Amino acid sequence: MQEDLKQAVTKAAKGLFKTLPILVGVVLLVSLANALIPKTVYKAVFRGSPLLDPLIGSTIGSILAGNPLTSYIIGGELLKQGVSLLAVTAFLVAWVTVGLVQLPAESILLGKRFAITRNIVSFIFAIIVAIVTVAITGWIT
Amino acid sequence: MKISEESRAGWYFSGIVILAYIIVGIFKPAALTASFQFLWSIIKKIIPIFILIFVLMVLVNYFVKPKKLVKYFGKKSGVFSWPVAIITGIISTGPIYLWYPLLNELQKHGVRNGLIAVFLYNRAIKIPLLPLFILYFGFVYVIILTFVMIIASIFNGIIVEKVMEVRK
Repeated sequence: MQEDLKQAVTKAAKGLFKTLPILVGVVLLVSLANALIPKTVYKAVFRGSPLLDPLIGSTIGSILAGNPLTSYIIGGELLKQGVSLLAVTAFLVAWVTVGLVQLPAESILLGKRFAITRNIVSFIFAIIVAIVTVAITGWIT
Repeated sequence: MKISEESRAGWYFSGIVILAYIIVGIFKPAALTASFQFLWSIIKKIIPIFILIFVLMVLVNYFVKPKKLVKYFGKKSGVFSWPVAIITGIISTGPIYLWYPLLNELQKHGVRNGLIAVFLYNRAIKIPLLPLFILYFGFVYVIILTFVMIIASIFNGIIVEKVMEVRK
């Protein structure tokens, strides 16, 4: 039992250690970008369109990859910059459900058809999930 | 400790970002000060949650054994297999690509593609990370999003399965 606990602690520590440099790099990059990039840039990417912005959010989330923690930080900052919750939600969902970076590995191990179908469906679902979530949140709060 | 390719890439990435800081420090020192102030505010937010995440990861690693999960994805598991795929997807840890070989084996043994898609979709829901997610976006929003994603995962699985059947 004590050995199992030791293994669990080691595995958790290794897992965090592995993601630490990526997380540190992202936090540093987000901080630098916040100081250097004018707030108007985000508005240039996200047009404020309820139709186009979720699509843009889902696209960016699909391209970018990494720990979900990173997406929370970027998503939180996007919200502060005035980007809509709809676009940010599509971004957050696509980040964790669509994996363009992992697509080659997924294709090799689970089949090209499966990988492409799953990622396309997940991309579309990121937008649908965003619309439904924002609608329900707005209705409740 | 053996450094993985992913970890090495992470260190390279951090190194490049630090280099960017040095360059900015030379040409635009004011931006560097603003950047550090912002960085400190993020660190203050993250550290307590990071500790909590570590504790939760230990608990998940201690109580959830991957080998025991395998049997619940069997072909004969029926309707019950869908909630099982959802739950195992949520509680599974580690990088997604580590699960591909196991899923490949299950696929070869006749596990439904829909279940694999559901499992992969629900990996997006990370219970240990929920406290930080809530910190950034609020309790109500995170709970609704989590619930909607679980429902969406079932439709995702059904669609993937139907498309795969059509294309056969």
